[in-house]
Amino acid sequence: MSDLQDLADSVIARAGADEGIEAYVARGVETEIRVYEGSIESLSSATSAGIGVRVLRENPDGAQVGFAWAGSLDGEAIDRALAEARQNATFASPDPMMALAVPDGVTPASIALRSLDVETMSTDDKVALALELEAMTRSSDPRIRQVDAADYGDHVTETAISSTTGIRGRSERSSAYLSVSALAGSGDDTQTGSGLSVARGPHGLDPSLASAQAIERSVRMLGATKAPSAKVTVVFDPRVTSTILSILGAALSGEAVVKGRSFFEGRLGEVVASSSVTLVDDPTVPEAFTASTIDGEGLACRRNLLIEGGTLNGFVYDSVAARRVGAVSTGSAVRSGYSGTPSAGCRALVLTPGTLSPEEICTLVGEDGIYIQSITGVHSGASPVSGDFSVGAEGLMIRGGQRAEPVREVTVASTLQRMLLGVVAIGADLTWLPGAAAGQTLAIGDFQLSGS
Amino acid sequence: MTRGGEMAEVFCEDRTSRSAVFDDGRVEELSSGQERGAGIRVISGDTTGFAHTADLSEGGLLAAARVAASVARSGGGGTQIAALEPRRAHGSNAVRLHDGVPMSEKLELLARADDAARSHAKEVSQVQASYAEGCRRFLVATTEGTYASDDQVRTRFNVVTIATGDSGLQTGFESVARTEGFELFDDVDVAEMARTAAARAVAKLGARPAPSGELPVVLAGGSGGVLFHEACGHGLEADHIVKDSSVYCGQLGQLVASPLVTLVDDGTVAGEWGAFAIDDEGRPAQRNVLIENGVLTEYMWDWLRARKEGRSSSGNGRRETYQHLPMVRMTNTFLLAGKDDPDEIVAQTPRGVYVAKLGGGQVNTATGDFVFGTTEAYLIEDGKITEPLRDANLIGNGPEVLRRIDAIADDFSMMPGTCGKDGQSVPVGCGQPTLRITGVTFGGTAS
Repeated sequence: MSDLQDLADSVIARAGADEGIEAYVARGVETEIRVYEGSIESLSSATSAGIGVRVLRENPDGAQVGFAWAGSLDGEAIDRALAEARQNATFASPDPMMALAVPDGVTPASIALRSLDVETMSTDDKVALALELEAMTRSSDPRIRQVDAADYGDHVTETAISSTTGIRGRSERSSAYLSVSALAGSGDDTQTGSGLSVARGPHGLDPSLASAQAIERSVRMLGATKAPSAKVTVVFDPRVTSTILSILGAALSGEAVVKGRSFFEGRLGEVVASSSVTLVDDPTVPEAFTASTIDGEGLACRRNLLIEGGTLNGFVYDSVAARRVGAVSTGSAVRSGYSGTPSAGCRALVLTPGTLSPEEICTLVGEDGIYIQSITGVHSGASPVSGDFSVGAEGLMIRGGQRAEPVREVTVASTLQRMLLGVVAIGADLTWLPGAAAGQTLAIGDFQLSGS
Repeated sequence: MTRGGEMAEVFCEDRTSRSAVFDDGRVEELSSGQERGAGIRVISGDTTGFAHTADLSEGGLLAAARVAASVARSGGGGTQIAALEPRRAHGSNAVRLHDGVPMSEKLELLARADDAARSHAKEVSQVQASYAEGCRRFLVATTEGTYASDDQVRTRFNVVTIATGDSGLQTGFESVARTEGFELFDDVDVAEMARTAAARAVAKLGARPAPSGELPVVLAGGSGGVLFHEACGHGLEADHIVKDSSVYCGQLGQLVASPLVTLVDDGTVAGEWGAFAIDDEGRPAQRNVLIENGVLTEYMWDWLRARKEGRSSSGNGRRETYQHLPMVRMTNTFLLAGKDDPDEIVAQTPRGVYVAKLGGGQVNTATGDFVFGTTEAYLIEDGKITEPLRDANLIGNGPEVLRRIDAIADDFSMMPGTCGKDGQSVPVGCGQPTLRITGVTFGGTAS
């Protein structure tokens, strides 16, 4: 593979006077395998590469920025992207706060995020992992009637970024996953459950873990009915907690705050959560699947303390959002591949774990509680702007401190503001998951459950 | 490829896109991009091998083909000469091509929307207006003789507003998106759109918490149509049917909805967001009646699932880009209009909720449980629309909710949406007249 950094350098070397350029180059290799009834249903294998170019035109009243991307690294595509970015910049509003990132002296964490077995393991062995996952899920429990998807996937991504302001950075990472979706029961009582195992590379995957999750989650829902509406304490499964933390992360983006799109605006230093809540965004933790050494502008990723003991301590910033509030970047620029521009966002949120196991948390809740294994409608029902929160839910009622009968087709509602203040217990079972947040069992009081 | 039952397909695509975002009072982000490549699919028995490449040279294509074919190893060697049909070339659907419109004219739309939203009410504290255009040209050829191309042009305009008051922040959203060129704006007043989005955010500042529990719901015509997309659309996709993972399996010919319900999926409705000349497997778009007077009449099919059942595709094989495998997807899915008067439906609802605008939704096809969100809703009290409500999700079970539809009005309109499935997003249309559901669970916080 030719050097991505050299390529990025060659693009920024073409900058004219009063012009700043940032080139972000990415290359990826991925494999996706789906098996069904003991055979390969589909196998996809591909490499992809692309470049995103930002051009800044410096003017007395501020810089104008333009962006263009290409899904190819051939010379013609790069020429075109640069020309388009230059052209686009001419139409942008001059903005005194617009600037490229500048090196800040922070050294990127020395962490290994690429596992070589992604590239060295044969496709046959990867297929075998998926087949093992499917067979295990189909045969381990007679109540499983169908496995509609059993997948293996992996990818390796390499990126390099260079800018005329002196940024030079590169990163690489790999990940592999097994996921399975099981259907339990028959006829009118079908229930579903999914299982997941994630690792840096295929050798870290555990088919039996993913299989057991899918079986447990689908089988325990058999016989589920709609529960009556009630005020409840909610106990979220680690996967659900991770989803909720990701939404909170959107409200903790300094860009959302400075543009008046976050309910946290103006609340720095205030108590926003129960004193048990300490929330950190730390992409330098190698266990986080979203860990990275550098951010989307090439600055070192770092640990940022967002909520400490219930008090709002800070936000995450990219260079531009930081300039708008007179702060400096927290190394938190995120971008959606080469076709996206950087913006401020969380990458690897971690809620400091407590000391209780999931069972102890259910005991603590006692009565009038619900253990929720999955939620739906997050995009339509949970807003990082207003904080309004209303999602579909399925899980188990909590009675006498134990998980009891299954319920489905209900919603739970509150607001993110009230939820943070209403945290009852944080589990010790910290679980690393593919999204922008880790998760653990989390109990929160004062939810409205809507059902029959 | 010498064995019977094998199929190979080459899908070449060239996409260009351009977008402009007016945010925080300035033209903040102008972006344009291009990608070009080929996806190669080789099918042997029930196994699909797939590879894609951005290298469209003969060598690049052959390398990808070898990777795709390597999965179907039992297929043996040899060469098969495919007799291609004469190429069916579909020209651009656009009347006014994007490239012929000066950038200043596009930016002018954004500035106008920003100004209209901000001057609508003093509570409007932030506005983001965005314009996006896209052109997607592709050519698909298969060893079964398919040889067809299409040139799809789409245009979209969104306005997102924030209103600030004593109760905090609220959002308003309005969007227009059509499979058209710049002529879209001949019929669309972006200032009006912006005022609608602004009014939505402002109304919710004074909104009371949404109710909790089961109650009658009136959905306004064109409020989103996401109800049918989630309540039964996904469950009628044949990939779920052939794996027995849909509540609608084995229900053909049976009553699955109120007899008032006739549901259609139609990729041929010119200009709608989910419209096209041919699907991404080269099959012409067609109109498929899925539910007729409450009776399930048809599922939706792509080539692969149709072949399994010995039938033909229904023109629902779609993929996000050349980097994705095609699968069964909806196009424009809508409920046909009924006979009732929309105002009368409200007047005859003593107590319930009137949903003027829906957000997104999600479904579990195997259980039929689905949610959909509101972004503009009001209480109905004594047959009148009264106080605004904060956003919430509604939850129901597809077959149950479809049976509880007891009134359908004679109004109708379509809305654009983006449908996500298995990690792929495609543009779809959703449509519905004003209708009433006798009971569905509203997921608010007010007990």
